[in-house]
Amino acid sequence: MSIGATKDTESKAPRGVRSLGRSAKIANLESADVEFINVTKTFNDANAVDDLNLRVEAGEFFSLLGPSGCGKTTSLRMLGGFEDPTKGRILLGGQDVTNLPPYRRDVNTVFQSYALFPHLNVFENVAFGLRRQKIEKHEIKRRVGEMLDIVDLPNYEKRQSSQLSGGQQQRVALARALVNQPKLLLLDEPMSALDAKLRRQMQIELKRIQTQVGITFLYVTHDQEEAMTMSDRLAVMWHGRIEGMGSPKDVYDSPTTEFVASFLGASNLLAGSIVSTSGARTTIAIDGGGTIVVPTDHVPDLGGSTAVKVGVRPEKIGIFPAGTVVQPGHNAIGGRVRVSTFTGVGNQYIVETTLGVEVTVYAQNIGNQLAPRSGDEVILNWPEEHTFTVKPLPTTVEINETEGD
Amino acid sequence: MEQLVPPDHPGGVAPRRKRRVGRALAPYLLSLPSGLWLLLLFLVPLLLMLSLSLKTCSPSTGACVMAWHWGEFSSEVSLYHQEFITSLYFAAAATIVDLIISFPIAYWIAFYGGRRKNFFLLMLLVPFFVSFVIRTIVWEFVLANNGVVLGALKHIHLLPQGFHILGTSYAVMAGLAYNYLPFTALPLYVALERIDRRVLEAAYDLYATKRVGFMKVIMPLTVPGIFAAFLLTFIPMFGDYVNQEILGGTSNTMIGTVIQNQFLVTLDYAGGASLSAILLVVALLGIFLYARLLGSRTIEQYL
Repeated sequence: MSIGATKDTESKAPRGVRSLGRSAKIANLESADVEFINVTKTFNDANAVDDLNLRVEAGEFFSLLGPSGCGKTTSLRMLGGFEDPTKGRILLGGQDVTNLPPYRRDVNTVFQSYALFPHLNVFENVAFGLRRQKIEKHEIKRRVGEMLDIVDLPNYEKRQSSQLSGGQQQRVALARALVNQPKLLLLDEPMSALDAKLRRQMQIELKRIQTQVGITFLYVTHDQEEAMTMSDRLAVMWHGRIEGMGSPKDVYDSPTTEFVASFLGASNLLAGSIVSTSGARTTIAIDGGGTIVVPTDHVPDLGGSTAVKVGVRPEKIGIFPAGTVVQPGHNAIGGRVRVSTFTGVGNQYIVETTLGVEVTVYAQNIGNQLAPRSGDEVILNWPEEHTFTVKPLPTTVEINETEGD
Repeated sequence: MEQLVPPDHPGGVAPRRKRRVGRALAPYLLSLPSGLWLLLLFLVPLLLMLSLSLKTCSPSTGACVMAWHWGEFSSEVSLYHQEFITSLYFAAAATIVDLIISFPIAYWIAFYGGRRKNFFLLMLLVPFFVSFVIRTIVWEFVLANNGVVLGALKHIHLLPQGFHILGTSYAVMAGLAYNYLPFTALPLYVALERIDRRVLEAAYDLYATKRVGFMKVIMPLTVPGIFAAFLLTFIPMFGDYVNQEILGGTSNTMIGTVIQNQFLVTLDYAGGASLSAILLVVALLGIFLYARLLGSRTIEQYL
């Protein structure tokens, strides 16, 4: 559909956009929403993707985040048409694409390690999809040039892909996909081969390009920082299932499962059980002794059980000398500093609490507090609303946080 | 305290310098055995052959004297140009047959061989554990007038009784194609195997059908392998004489047969040597052309 509609959208673009260079806009691009309905993919009797239900809105930057083997890449490959789902349906813009081959889908992909055509130069790489669509020569020339401007690689047409740096290859891969004006762009860990500095630069760049072209981006990564930086919404996947989904802030601040709490950022998790609920406040007895109060709306459905894990992010905790008066509406635990590490942006403390559990605390380096030293008696406290609870995992399950594919 | 002796101390100099000299010589010493091997068994015979082609030999005694007889080359070419053309034709035809047969084989092993790739490659090579000559003689049996193939076909009257293959050009080309098949299949396999599958997926992602993906991605990326396969097969076929001797007749003599006769039957060493030199030049031209067209680095990868 977009192939036919291409010329229309082009003619709507205001004249002279070419001269704007990098800010040139491909106006009024159609973008499509994506829907996975009960999608399961089985490899050798193991479910790589397990009954996935997911909806990505049109124009959204959505990330699938998870450790390697969690099913995120398989989900993306099913959407691209490179794998067939064992069960379920995939809709693109309301149309069932489950059984369409890759070349019949209005979807383009930026592959991990780019997969540029080694026998073609930059121009021919970018023009590949347009040539397959039998678009006129001068039109191809114009669109490739425009797209190379957008990815900030003007005058690179004649270069061979082997002559490009990693960051440049990535831009070519992006241009090669975007030039076809797909309704949806899939990105499979596109930055895993870049160094940290370039990666941060490309994150900003990619977000800018997405805002500019306005199409749906589905981004797969194991890097939580990358996902949180760019996404409008993200889903954390584990063992082929979605463990948590929402805006980066929601998922980070109120994780709903133990896996999300430990995969996305760092969390202190204390095992306990619910003892009483009075209105907006729920009291939880910690296994090592003492109680912690949690807003009732932060308690997930436990299915009748009272066992929970109480969590708090290390940066939400205040660390004070022992004896400091705790303000109302705060949770507090006493302890002794075991390790104190200066990290530049702050201090990281590992505190041996009176509950017998170690708690990690980050304190920002704003220069005016007395940094406790190891051995000091301290009191930790944080506002009740920064406490979350998750359903505990069976003790046999281990969360494997290793990165990379 | 002894470690603090300055480097120019007389006691410290001698062993250190010796070690440095040893280190500088190491690569040369390590390449000495292979260098000697090349010199004695490759370069010397080659130069002997080239000088022999310029000598005149007495047919009765076999003794040769250097005569700088450059005319030998042109007279050999004018005498045997027909055999050169026959060889060229046979080798080219058999190479093309090999390319056509081995491309699907190599393609299938590379793309669909899965975990058994090495097993399939081994199966391809199994017949070649048998000596070249024996294999060709077995082909003689296979193609014999009343052998397994023709005999059976004649028995059920699919072929006339007088039909024969042995002694014809087709027998020679069939033998050549059979004997050199792995030299075509293996470089093709290497080229196909090396294609990044994600690049192919990228092509499908960019609206290429399976057929277009094959034409626009697989074929261009296989070209160096095809050329390498061509060289590796064509050059030895061009000088081959065993297939023609065993499977061919008298009307389709190849240049290899002529050279063999000159050395072993007519004892015309100078003639045989100059024909060999011409063959060598043809082969070098092929390799030179390859290097010019596809770059010398790809030669190292395939040959």
